[in-house]
Amino acid sequence: MPLIRRAPQDTGFNHPVPSEITSPALYARRREWLQRAGAGSAALALPWLAGTARAQSASPPGRLPALPAQRSTVAGALVMERPTAYDDVTGYNNFYEFGPDKAAPARHAGRLKTRPWTVVVEGEVRKPGTYDLDALLKLAPMEERIYRLRCVEGWSMVIPWIGWSLAHLIRRVEPTGNAKYIEFSTLADPQQMPQVSGRLLEWPYTDGLRLDEAMHPLTLLAFGLYGEILPNQNGAPLRLVVPWKYGFKGPKSIVRIRFVERQPVSTWMRSSPGEYGFYANVNPNVDHPRWSQASERRIGEDGLFTRKRATLMFNGYEAQVGSLYAGMDLQRHF
Amino acid sequence: MTGRPLAQRPAALALNRAAAHPLAKPLLFLLCLGPLAGWIWAGSQGGLGANPAETLLRGTGLWTLRFLCLVLAVTPLRVWAGLVALARWRRLLGLVAFFYALLHFLAYAWLDMGFDPAAVARDLGKRPFALVGFVAFVGLLPLAATSWNGAIRWLGAARWRALHRLVYGIAMLGLLHFVWMRASKNRASEAAVYALILGVLFVARWLHAHRTKSRPSGRQPTSPPK
Repeated sequence: MPLIRRAPQDTGFNHPVPSEITSPALYARRREWLQRAGAGSAALALPWLAGTARAQSASPPGRLPALPAQRSTVAGALVMERPTAYDDVTGYNNFYEFGPDKAAPARHAGRLKTRPWTVVVEGEVRKPGTYDLDALLKLAPMEERIYRLRCVEGWSMVIPWIGWSLAHLIRRVEPTGNAKYIEFSTLADPQQMPQVSGRLLEWPYTDGLRLDEAMHPLTLLAFGLYGEILPNQNGAPLRLVVPWKYGFKGPKSIVRIRFVERQPVSTWMRSSPGEYGFYANVNPNVDHPRWSQASERRIGEDGLFTRKRATLMFNGYEAQVGSLYAGMDLQRHF
Repeated sequence: MTGRPLAQRPAALALNRAAAHPLAKPLLFLLCLGPLAGWIWAGSQGGLGANPAETLLRGTGLWTLRFLCLVLAVTPLRVWAGLVALARWRRLLGLVAFFYALLHFLAYAWLDMGFDPAAVARDLGKRPFALVGFVAFVGLLPLAATSWNGAIRWLGAARWRALHRLVYGIAMLGLLHFVWMRASKNRASEAAVYALILGVLFVARWLHAHRTKSRPSGRQPTSPPK
């Protein structure tokens, strides 16, 4: 079809025939329609301003192999809040082995090889051993748990995790009377993790729990999220999730679980003892030395100009875990 | 060394001529608004990341520091590279630095503190690093307020110049604010880059002041002594 249609015998000086002229009324209507369409797309494009407009669903995004699970029946395991968008959960991560920026883990964690994978269980237990990932996946029925996650930096998410209570594993390995604490160590392989040769932190990343904290049914060994296996940047193939503690108390890509008598020194305690304690319970009344912990921003949900939401004691799990800390001075044991 | 004045060497001459072009300043102004335009564009595309408030807070702070470095680089570049035409950009760069500092403060007060003066006051009392940043911002206010020609006449050139020397202290506070924010996370490398840039600029400025002071006439040398 020719690009320019010409009237018959067009000499170049002909005026268009009246039927080809757009009537002013039609022109105005088109303008109006275009304006409305423009306004509509602007509203769609500005969810960061208003918040909440993002599509939300906890259905599997279809990016990774499925990990079937049943809904958890553990008290407090299914919060009635809308899960944070999958792209935010998997695109905004602290996983310093892959870089200090929030987007770095998603960018670099593709290098991580999560199979074969084994976890060494050792220390004060009657049945130490090395567990293959497949054995761990079958050790207990998979449960879906929708937990709040509160980062020490002042932001939060709601994440549908999949896994089972760490207590299943603990009972199986039979801790001795000397086991008072558990220390977790994570993978530190400079071949796969670009920052491990740097001095960002001391590697491998370690953290720990008191045995009763580790035995609490809400303490989750997670193998997946959003109905699928864990993305590498979220700590594949298995990580710890302790919902009433700050996010850094959930070590990622665990390779060693050691039962010990003395309170372990975590990576963050070693790096900055004045700022990070062993317990790291979410507590709006105990500030980080450099910022308040009284409020938080829910990723993807609170709009840019929305006031930050109030942080809940023990991240909202006080009814379930408050008794673990009865009589303790949480200002001192922060 | 040749006796040709620095400002008349070919490279400097070309740059000076380009800087003197009537379109140069409007172009520079548009360039300076680039980061802001970038955030607005990214925001409209949902490209400010999962935590837009944090992106804006960090970005405005970083660009404040960058423009402070740029404005402080004007005199050393004029003196040591003969780029005399840069002097006519200094005020614009200074005001842009103030503009990003204002955006940074607004982002903090609004997005982080919900525009609650009591919350801001509490927070500044609690966080020394935030207080340092706030002091630097307040320090910029009189400089921005006296950036017009009338103010120079009103204050007198000497007093005006003395007032505007505050910018060196402000840049130091800004750097301290940045380093402190990064403290304990062992991420010194980026802060070290800015410390190095500011350090070089300060030394250059100090050397220049020293040289002009030791010269009885106080005049600028147009060429290095033979």
